Amino acid sequence: MFDVRPSNIDYYRHRAAQFRAQVERRLDGSLTEEEFRPLRLMNGVYLQLHAYMLRIAIPYGTISPDQMRTLALLAQKWDKGYGHFTTRQNIQFNWPRLVDIPDMLDVLADAELHAIQTSGNTIRNVTTDAFAGAAADEIADPRPYAELLRMWSTDHGEFQFLPRKFKIAISAGEKDRAVIAAHDIGLRIVRNEAGEMGFQVWIGGGLGRTPLLGKVVRDFLPEEDLLPYVEAILMTYNLAGRRDNKYKARIKITVAERGLDVMRDEIEAEFTRRRAVFKGVDQRVLADLKRRYAAPDFRDAPVGDYDAQRAANPGFRAWTDTNLSAHRVQGYASATVTLKAPGVTPGDCTDAQMRLIADLAERYGHSDIRIAHDQNIVLPHVHKSDLHALYRELLAAGLATANAGRISDIIACPGMDYCTLATARSIPIAQEIADHFRARGLEDEIGQFNIRISGCINACGHHHLGHVGILGLDRAGVENYQITLGGDGYDIPAIGERAGAGFPAEEVVPAIDRLVDAYLELRETPEERFIDAYRRLGTGPFKAALYPETAHA
Amino acid sequence: MSKSFKPSPETPAVVTANDLRLGHCVWMTEDGWTDDPRQAALFEDEARADLALIEAEAQGHVVVGPYVAQVRLGPDGPEPTHFREEFRRRGPSNYFHGKQAGSAAANDNAAAISKAEASHV
Repeated sequence: MFDVRPSNIDYYRHRAAQFRAQVERRLDGSLTEEEFRPLRLMNGVYLQLHAYMLRIAIPYGTISPDQMRTLALLAQKWDKGYGHFTTRQNIQFNWPRLVDIPDMLDVLADAELHAIQTSGNTIRNVTTDAFAGAAADEIADPRPYAELLRMWSTDHGEFQFLPRKFKIAISAGEKDRAVIAAHDIGLRIVRNEAGEMGFQVWIGGGLGRTPLLGKVVRDFLPEEDLLPYVEAILMTYNLAGRRDNKYKARIKITVAERGLDVMRDEIEAEFTRRRAVFKGVDQRVLADLKRRYAAPDFRDAPVGDYDAQRAANPGFRAWTDTNLSAHRVQGYASATVTLKAPGVTPGDCTDAQMRLIADLAERYGHSDIRIAHDQNIVLPHVHKSDLHALYRELLAAGLATANAGRISDIIACPGMDYCTLATARSIPIAQEIADHFRARGLEDEIGQFNIRISGCINACGHHHLGHVGILGLDRAGVENYQITLGGDGYDIPAIGERAGAGFPAEEVVPAIDRLVDAYLELRETPEERFIDAYRRLGTGPFKAALYPETAHA
Repeated sequence: MSKSFKPSPETPAVVTANDLRLGHCVWMTEDGWTDDPRQAALFEDEARADLALIEAEAQGHVVVGPYVAQVRLGPDGPEPTHFREEFRRRGPSNYFHGKQAGSAAANDNAAAISKAEASHV
């Protein structure tokens, strides 16, 4: 059932106080680690290689300037002056002390932030398009639905102990920017022939050790049936999902083993029962949420000296060429602030940078900030007359790198530099690749090129979806990297294909270098991206570039 | 990490874990836990290593997740044989943080000292 809480803050404070008591009981010996572990995970507290890690949800990547300042405070006071934005639009702090985490949760609660359900076998943070509410190709803003799903799933009693974790993504653009097909449930906002708005519902997608793209279980779900239908999917999975084997417990395996039709029949039957229980509270809440996510008061003003500045300033022009996206309102653009400057760890942001972004969002961006799943920050609503001033301030803080979508805009998980699950490092590989192509001065020449790196088979770096994916493994006590080709997380969802044997760490950059040279040689026009050339030519010439000796043998 | 080798004179071992309160890596000594892996007690015998692990597991109020890790004996004491243990001993490669920046206890002392200094200014 749908439960509307009067105040989120009260609930977050309650949960923080509960966790404080649990930590006290752990420290005084009343709780063993075995008893405490599931409790800390429910609050986003992991134990990593060097320290505890606190993962905080940024629901559907939307964060206010004051919330961003709260994250900056956490970074400064209880961490080492930075935070790490993840591929699920969350932030992770890598160095908190267990004894400090209750204080951190208190501060977060006051800012309406929390770490609930950022771990465990529950419904995780709902993700969406970082350009929601701004994108020119959007049917509707997906965030009211994302928020409805968040409210419904937070502390939902029935779904706290699912067979495995569960991820929902929603997007509304003609172009899917939330990787719907790689989620347990993917929701695409669509219109039917009668022009009514609803959802195309996908289930059974996921990456990890068995990467599978989802399947459409319902072509058109009326808008008002969202929660009962999603609840029916969860209920069906909760009963049918395997609990005997952790590696076969995700819904993708349930769908693959039982078949989509069996799942659909059970979901539809349960949906009929569940729909009868929903009495319209959810629709009243949704109506409120639509008001809450109403568009800001956009300015109808001339673009000022935007074009003149572009003509006069090559740095600004390069940044506007790569880091702006089309806005649905004339005179506006969405600006991507990449967290991929030279030498920087992908997704890392210092406390000073967080505060600056909060200030800039207030000054130039209608106080709206988004965390994108590609580990960048987006200011979705910037008037073009403000872009040059925004650029100059970003530049002074090292945040104006003109590389969105370029080969140096690499997605990478923390890897074995932090993570206990990792089998190899990701971060140094990302840094070396970006440095290499910057040094060769080839970034603009190469154009759009999407590299994604994971430090283990769990695929937090979404390597399967990179045009080029890199997977770090431990081969007999040495770091070794497998390369996959042809994945796509944006246009035509595709799982990359493994190219062949892995490479030792020092041979990854030369291998990618050969691959890029082959692409530049083979492309028909500069507009033909690597992924386009790959689709046209197949794997052959690119495998030959990666493994020249085999090709000659 | 589970033990995939048998502690022996050729493949000696240490017992390692994370500190419960602070989270940093620690190694078992003859009479407690240390931040410095070179001070770790060395086990060259499977039965003794197993016994030490049982003892470590009984100290859940001090440490989390103890396990037996293979080492080799270097000039200054035990050294890791696997890169994962090397990272635990050193810290991450993207920042000068973790053990390479000094032990957690030393960091805490340094923080206390800088606070004290700041209050004198």
